[in-house]
Amino acid sequence: MAVDPTAPSPGTSAALEPGVALGQTAVAGEGGVGPYKLALRRLRRNRTALAFGAMFLVIVVMCLCAPLYSKYVAHTTPSANHITDTVKVGGKTEDVVSPGGIPIGPTWQGRFFLGADSNGRDVAVRLLYGGRNSLEIGFIATLISCLLATIIALAAGYYRGVIDGVLSRTMDLIWAYPVILLGIALGTALAVGGLDFGLFTVSGASLWIPAIIIGVVYVPYMAKPLRGQVLSLREKEFVEAARSQGAGNLRIMFREILPNVASSIIVFIPLMIANAILLEAALSFLGAGVQPPNPSWGTMIGDGIRLIPSAMHLTLIPGAMLVLAVLGINVFGDGVRDALDPRAEVRIEH
Amino acid sequence: MARFLVRRLLAMVVVLFAISVLTFLIFEAIPNGDPAVRLGGRSSTPETREAIRKDWGFDKPIYEQYAITMRKIFTGTVVSYSQQINVVDEIKRDLPATLSLAIGAGVIWLGFGILFGVISAVNAGKLTDTSLTVLSLIGVSTPVFLLGALVLWAFAYKLTIFPAGGYVPLTQDPWGWLTHMTLPWFVLSVLFIGFYSRVLRSNILDTINEDYVRTARAKGLSERRILIHHVLRNSLIPVVSLWGLDFAAVIGGGAILTETVFNLQGVGQYAATSIQQLDVPPVLVITMFGAFFVVVLSAAVDIVYALLDPRIRLSA
Amino acid sequence: MAGPLLEIEDLKVDFRTDEGTVHAVDGVSLSLEAGEVLSIVGESGCGKSVTAMTILGLTRGPNARISGSIRYQGQELTTASNDELETVRGNRIAMVFQDPMSSFNPVHRIGDQIVEAILAHHDIEKEAAHRQAVEALRSVGIPDPETRARHYPFEFSGGMRQRAMIAMALALEPAILIADEPTTALDVTIQAQILELLQDLNQERGLSVVLITHDLGVVAEIAERVMVMYAGQIVEQGTLEEIFYDPQHPYTWGLMGSLTRLDQERPERLPQIGGQPPSLLGLPPGCRFRPRCPHAFDRCAELPGLEHRLAKEPGHLDRCWLEPSEKKEKREVEGRIGLEARKVSV
Repeated sequence: MAVDPTAPSPGTSAALEPGVALGQTAVAGEGGVGPYKLALRRLRRNRTALAFGAMFLVIVVMCLCAPLYSKYVAHTTPSANHITDTVKVGGKTEDVVSPGGIPIGPTWQGRFFLGADSNGRDVAVRLLYGGRNSLEIGFIATLISCLLATIIALAAGYYRGVIDGVLSRTMDLIWAYPVILLGIALGTALAVGGLDFGLFTVSGASLWIPAIIIGVVYVPYMAKPLRGQVLSLREKEFVEAARSQGAGNLRIMFREILPNVASSIIVFIPLMIANAILLEAALSFLGAGVQPPNPSWGTMIGDGIRLIPSAMHLTLIPGAMLVLAVLGINVFGDGVRDALDPRAEVRIEH
Repeated sequence: MARFLVRRLLAMVVVLFAISVLTFLIFEAIPNGDPAVRLGGRSSTPETREAIRKDWGFDKPIYEQYAITMRKIFTGTVVSYSQQINVVDEIKRDLPATLSLAIGAGVIWLGFGILFGVISAVNAGKLTDTSLTVLSLIGVSTPVFLLGALVLWAFAYKLTIFPAGGYVPLTQDPWGWLTHMTLPWFVLSVLFIGFYSRVLRSNILDTINEDYVRTARAKGLSERRILIHHVLRNSLIPVVSLWGLDFAAVIGGGAILTETVFNLQGVGQYAATSIQQLDVPPVLVITMFGAFFVVVLSAAVDIVYALLDPRIRLSA
Repeated sequence: MAGPLLEIEDLKVDFRTDEGTVHAVDGVSLSLEAGEVLSIVGESGCGKSVTAMTILGLTRGPNARISGSIRYQGQELTTASNDELETVRGNRIAMVFQDPMSSFNPVHRIGDQIVEAILAHHDIEKEAAHRQAVEALRSVGIPDPETRARHYPFEFSGGMRQRAMIAMALALEPAILIADEPTTALDVTIQAQILELLQDLNQERGLSVVLITHDLGVVAEIAERVMVMYAGQIVEQGTLEEIFYDPQHPYTWGLMGSLTRLDQERPERLPQIGGQPPSLLGLPPGCRFRPRCPHAFDRCAELPGLEHRLAKEPGHLDRCWLEPSEKKEKREVEGRIGLEARKVSV
């Protein structure tokens, strides 16, 4: 580049593209606001994202209160069978489950607030416990995915060579398998006998099984883009600088490279939670996820479908909760992505 | 181009092999008990299990087991022990429903996804765009099986416009086929339309700011020509490849949920009922075929992508 | 042809953003004669690119407010309809941009992109257009143009790509070529070739050129008249000799001062203009260069007008309140034209 007669001016944008966030010029010029602070500011301005995030939070809190609700309000447990019981509704005594097998709809009272299912179980209680399960699995699966994906991306992108070869091929393999088929395959295989590694066993009915399955299934979706980032970051000067100061490989990976991919990871997290919840619901609906008698929104919908015209509430209620929860975290996740990187290319195939 | 083709096909073969190994391992080598029990089902008799052991070679070394399994799958001799039927025959019977669903939905969601994506982008920021974004967000957050259940209830039970599930072969009764497929098509497409319109919208908005669009305008091209030949031409490339992958995924098992809800008796539903009964042999075969299909189709997609974007084939 | 080819009168371009209104161009006027080479110089963000793009209506948008007049051969462009603009673009006034890699569509062949431009304005056969495209490539010095026309942009080298851009711009034989930083993204040696090409085109075809750059070296190569812009306004304009040998504005002195020159002793430290260009959001009243100018005095609180203050150089205008004699004194630093650094707290 030819001699530039002017002093370097970091405050102004190079090409004055009409409409481009010239506002950022003014802000950045104010002496060093870090990218996360800037992102937080942007996120705070995004009312919609915040509102939906709050909705998700409310749902989480509600589900965490499941034991409280079941003990103090509904006076029953999620698997307690009240098939032959009756309940007083508006003065009349009604069967919890009618002789024809139709369960009662929402009573809007303490007991059977949202009605009962075909086994006479309290829907509201199951909804909260089921939600707890679904959300728990969603979070744990996301945690597993993030940890594994980060480690794999760092190792593969940084060391390259054989390590990268092996890891990338494995990622490609898992990725080539349609998500739901892989989930079903693993879910079915593991549901029957659980996992037995000799040292420790996980029962087929444990919630860990779907969590691990979903976590593993989604690893490539995160690992591949992250690995790409690590590959290009590795070539940057600050890595060379760190190495010339005597930093070892591990230190470089975790102190130099990791912080730079951190924002991508953060953007991924809400999306992964949403996808994990949806996948768990799908697997449970099919019977390859959460196993009975454990409730989950997916199993509840699966049970409810069989009674469709007569007992819509069995499908609608868990369905609505599911949609609201996923919508909440999806919109919030969009907001996070817009805040951290308005032109992000982070995307997950569902 | 030829070199690219060869390389891609070779890679495909390798992945197919790897998938077969993985599937085999999942079903027959997971450390949690007797594969004979798994294949025979919980209610199988000791005699059946012994027969299975012999037939599938569980007493032989693992690579022989693998060979036997592969041979059984590809010669169509896998049998479901609890149902006493040949799995591949059953799959063949169920395939038309799955294909009808997948192809119909695929065309619909691609068409509407592109349409809504363009409308959203052109009206970016305005009410149309916001509404479409909201709709697509809801579409993406609603599980297919839930939507299917709701739609079924609303349009087949409450308002009996459409039949309440089931499949009618096209060759037997075209109109019946159409009415039976309409709701399933809608339900399966909604999710994808939401996703695709957002992807395309984002691509278009990015592309519109690209320098070459500015050049095109500076050359004096009409807005229409710019939109079609530069903006759309470039924005659609990733969408097309996405479509190929998703379409493959739908045939490869993504239709499972829709088929179950609408009782279409397709391959997906067959898999689903087998799962529920923990009848493993059909799941094994369907999973294998499904994954294969996805791999083959994704290779085809890559090739089409290379045709559309010369940078891929020439710089490789 | 009576009157100038292109006339801009008091052009103002504002952009509405989340943080306020950006006054990108604030009262720019210029005129371009046929066959002239005019250069607009300034650092990033001074408004030179926006001015150029506004000529072709490329800055129009919901957040843009454009006032003033731009006339091409008498035709008013600021209020022209899209159809009218489309006729002018490429055909009468053509533009090449800074980065030839991203300025070509990567998935179409170069030849096709030139043909597309031709066919947008002339109703001829595709083969005829293709022949014209090949000729255009040949005329800018691209070897083996028939083969090259079938290549994709990424198969060209940087210099070739820029030549191809120029070929595409010239294929329609416009009267004016606006080149926005055409050499910034290129090697110095290629830069020289491109500038030579532009000069040839100007001399052989009578092509008027508006050359936008931040690089005075480039200006010195081919410009006939120069306009120096700062913070959305013209701060000095005149002929090449006037600007280089008799600069009147402190900012111009700063630009000159930071040029390394082979004919003078190397200074200890390369002089810089202290401080940073102002944000275009909230401009203070008065001379915009004031915060960075070591010669500022109380009169500078009032914005100077762009006027000619030298009796002998009627075309030489500047925006500085200093007397011409004072200017002559103050502009020498250590024996050369420059601007001494001033500690600024912006």
